[in-house]
Amino acid sequence: MLLLAGSVPVDKLPLHMGPIRISDDAVEIGDARLEINRGNEAMMTAACHACDYMGLDAPVGLVAGDIGKREGSEAIYHYLIENLPQMNVDVLTMHYVMPDINLNKQVMASVDKMAKRPILIADAGSMYVAKAGGIATKYDVFTPDLGELAFLADEKADHPAFTRGSIFHMEDNVVELIKRAYETGNAPATMFVKGSVDYICHNGEIVATIDSPSVETMEPIGGTGDLITGMISGLIYAGKDPVEACILAGRANRRAGELANPTPATQISEILKFLPQALKEIVEASE
Amino acid sequence: MIWFRKKKKDNKKEERSQSKEAARGLLIFAHPTTVISVEELLRDEGYNIRVVSPPPTYRTGCDLSVEIPLESEAAIVELLHDVGLEPMDVVPITSEGMEPLQFVRVKDFGKYLMVRAANMKMTVDKETKIIVNISGGGCPDVPYLATSMIGQRLRDAPDPAEVGFSLCAYSLNTAREEIIKLIGD
Repeated sequence: MLLLAGSVPVDKLPLHMGPIRISDDAVEIGDARLEINRGNEAMMTAACHACDYMGLDAPVGLVAGDIGKREGSEAIYHYLIENLPQMNVDVLTMHYVMPDINLNKQVMASVDKMAKRPILIADAGSMYVAKAGGIATKYDVFTPDLGELAFLADEKADHPAFTRGSIFHMEDNVVELIKRAYETGNAPATMFVKGSVDYICHNGEIVATIDSPSVETMEPIGGTGDLITGMISGLIYAGKDPVEACILAGRANRRAGELANPTPATQISEILKFLPQALKEIVEASE
Repeated sequence: MIWFRKKKKDNKKEERSQSKEAARGLLIFAHPTTVISVEELLRDEGYNIRVVSPPPTYRTGCDLSVEIPLESEAAIVELLHDVGLEPMDVVPITSEGMEPLQFVRVKDFGKYLMVRAANMKMTVDKETKIIVNISGGGCPDVPYLATSMIGQRLRDAPDPAEVGFSLCAYSLNTAREEIIKLIGD
């Protein structure tokens, strides 16, 4: 099973879990219909496209409503804590949740009780809480952007908002930030660093970079990173190794952006429309 | 002997530091964005305060607190009580708190302007002042804030400091304030 867990911006939406169904403008889990938005909905849609293209069963979504009040995030943490040991999960991706160091450590304790350890992917709040709790190396893949990479490289910060200015200003030296993140034990084995040049890293080394096609107007669009995380999840579930999945996802994301020809005002739903075509082109070209 | 003298000097430094810290306390709040309102209020009242990370025992991974002069504690708590912003707790300073990042990066896309504060980016149409995209961030209120703010003019959009709850909302507010400084609202 590919399990995608995270909150959605619907106040008081109770916990829903089930196979994810997608349409042009929404994802559905059980009786919950969630409009395509940046965040988990975009990540889940991208993962569904990747699974569909690779001929796999649909990913399973675990969502709850949270607009920052913590209830939905806490429901997700508690569900994972109580149920993971009995679940058969091959890949677990955790995304937007309110960071809670204590609850996240309990989730990881439940992972340790599973018969087979899943591949663990974290982005957004789930990545923040993993780093803040000092357990980044227990994960397999992180997908930070440059601001988040600076946070991972700052051993004293427990949220990107607390990144020290001296490290924030090192963003022109991405290689040094990657080195610091690994040296301080705040990076997992594989890391996809999103930026004008994407860096794919493994065990402290930069193993690939992706810089074309360059679509500068993708940067302001909320949700492009979510697409990458979703595609990486689906491709790893399909059996690709994490580095290969990162390379394919990075290329497909850029190709989808090129096909969409966006402006800084374009919304993520417009990019998503081109994802199936982009994935097909990129995966076929790699074979 | 040299080592002994050095240690003695360090002790004095430590005593000075402890004395300085003992004069300050921390107000602890449930949500980081409450701190924005408290910060504005206390600065307007002329208090010498700092917004910093809370002590480790209060940290969940997304928190802020307000460092205050302890001699003003009673007056400040009463003031906050009067406006419904009571802190969860008031604690003495035990370690140096980190201040949230205030640096921003600005990128000009011609018709559009993007400002990034920490991990949050806001992009605005320079002519209409309409927010066209919000990117970055990882706390659950970010997608909610994006939905609420995109398509709205800066002056009409909900204030992330009022409707957000997280440090990401705090950073988004920093980006928003910088845009308003640069192009108006």
